[in-house]
Amino acid sequence: MKHVRWTVTAALVAAAIVAGCAPPHTASNSGSSAASGTGPITVFAAASLKSTFTALGAEFEKNNPGSHVTFSFAGSSDLVTQLTGGAPADVFASADTANMTKAVNAGLVSGDPVDFASNTLTIVTAGGNPKNIHSFADLARPGTLVAVCAPQVPCGAATKKVEAATGVTLSPVSEESSVTDVLGKVVSGQADAGLVYVTDAAGAGAGVSTVPFPESSGAVNTYPIVVLKDSKNPATAQNFVDLVRGPDGRKTLAAAGFAVP
Amino acid sequence: MNAQLRAGRVQVGLPTWIYVPAIIGALFVCVPLLGMLLEIDWTRFIPLVTSPSSRTALLLSLKTAAASTVLCVLIGVPMALVLARVRFRGQSALRALVLLPLVLPPVVGGIALLYTFGRQGLLGHEFGALGIRIAFSTTAVVLAQTFVSLPFLVVTLEGALRSAGGDYESVAATLGARPTTVLRRVTVPLVLPGVVSGAVLAFARSLGEFGATLTFAGSLPGVTRTLPLEIYLQRETDPNAAIALSLLLVVAAALVVTTLGGRRLAGAL
Repeated sequence: MKHVRWTVTAALVAAAIVAGCAPPHTASNSGSSAASGTGPITVFAAASLKSTFTALGAEFEKNNPGSHVTFSFAGSSDLVTQLTGGAPADVFASADTANMTKAVNAGLVSGDPVDFASNTLTIVTAGGNPKNIHSFADLARPGTLVAVCAPQVPCGAATKKVEAATGVTLSPVSEESSVTDVLGKVVSGQADAGLVYVTDAAGAGAGVSTVPFPESSGAVNTYPIVVLKDSKNPATAQNFVDLVRGPDGRKTLAAAGFAVP
Repeated sequence: MNAQLRAGRVQVGLPTWIYVPAIIGALFVCVPLLGMLLEIDWTRFIPLVTSPSSRTALLLSLKTAAASTVLCVLIGVPMALVLARVRFRGQSALRALVLLPLVLPPVVGGIALLYTFGRQGLLGHEFGALGIRIAFSTTAVVLAQTFVSLPFLVVTLEGALRSAGGDYESVAATLGARPTTVLRRVTVPLVLPGVVSGAVLAFARSLGEFGATLTFAGSLPGVTRTLPLEIYLQRETDPNAAIALSLLLVVAAALVVTTLGGRRLAGAL
């Protein structure tokens, strides 16, 4: 009985090993696949790119049979930390130039990063805008609970820039460490208003109202993308970058609210 | 079985191979701490941990953790007494519910608090009508810390109460002492070490609280940004500062474990 169980376990382990080996085998057997742009790639992308890149990844796999795109979405600085620590990836798309510069200085990239999108801040309020917020200056009105990003993260740095440009100093009730936390505080009704990216506001749906303000153009966040030096499949990685920068990528990004850099 | 062995003083040695996984386990806990220690930039350590933002965060952490520990003692001691000394229907279900925050992800606790004490929450309107705003206040931090720390005190004290037994209390009662006198003169002095252990554990848990605070209270220097939140934010721009501050929390945790004594902690839990 015990013997039988061992045999079954061994067979399962063997099957798992064989199955695990299968994808790389087919990839290397087809020889020129890497050159023609198929095979698996891993894309490290900023959290704000989740919906657009997931859609573009599906399109890429459809257009390039035999390719497979795996995504890891997180804050850009977390992604750089992981890449510096040796995380295997083929493409890096950052939500700001500062974190891309960190990757470049760490010698992680191959070639020059290119800007593919830009994002600006907008005001979000509870649905229907009950506090009648119509300008950036309205956020500084006493009794208005405003959530912003902390200056240490990109959206917070952009907020500081807008404050400097408008001469309006906000006294936020919270400085969150990510833009999604700011949005969460507004969606849950804890804060009256928050400063988030246009794309976050677009993705939040009817639960919030968006109040665009002209001064936001003073703090534009640029998104660069690059193929990584340690890519096992650089041709496929480059093809993915080309898709993001091409007309299909442009269309998907624009639909989500991203502007041309 | 166990009692027999102890009575006969039969010493059963451990098989030698058991030391291999045991040592691997010990290394698994110690090496990451060592890894962090080696990353510390000692020349900048003092300026980093004494910077205004670090001091503000540390002070807020100490104040809120102390407040939540007091709250835990005030409501946790009666809870432990009821659970340990009274028999009633649904007792085990109630105990399981009270202990839930012990195994619940703190972020889930934060969401639960948000929809209870938040502005749109279950009790938010009542508090709002009284002119009390809990969201984004230091009170929210204390509530989050109390929520996650309370089970530590209740479990510790309930265990102490059960192992102390009710004999002395019965004797005091037969001698004519009223319930309040029994509690004050017999029960509490008897399990005082358990109360202290539970309070220290609750304090340590409060000091390390992150998920529920971030979700429920927000993050503003001096108001809601406790040391763990400060570490999380510093990591974005200055990993060295994050590591230096992490060491402060490691030292605090080590102090708790050594003052209580690892053995007593293990017995209490």
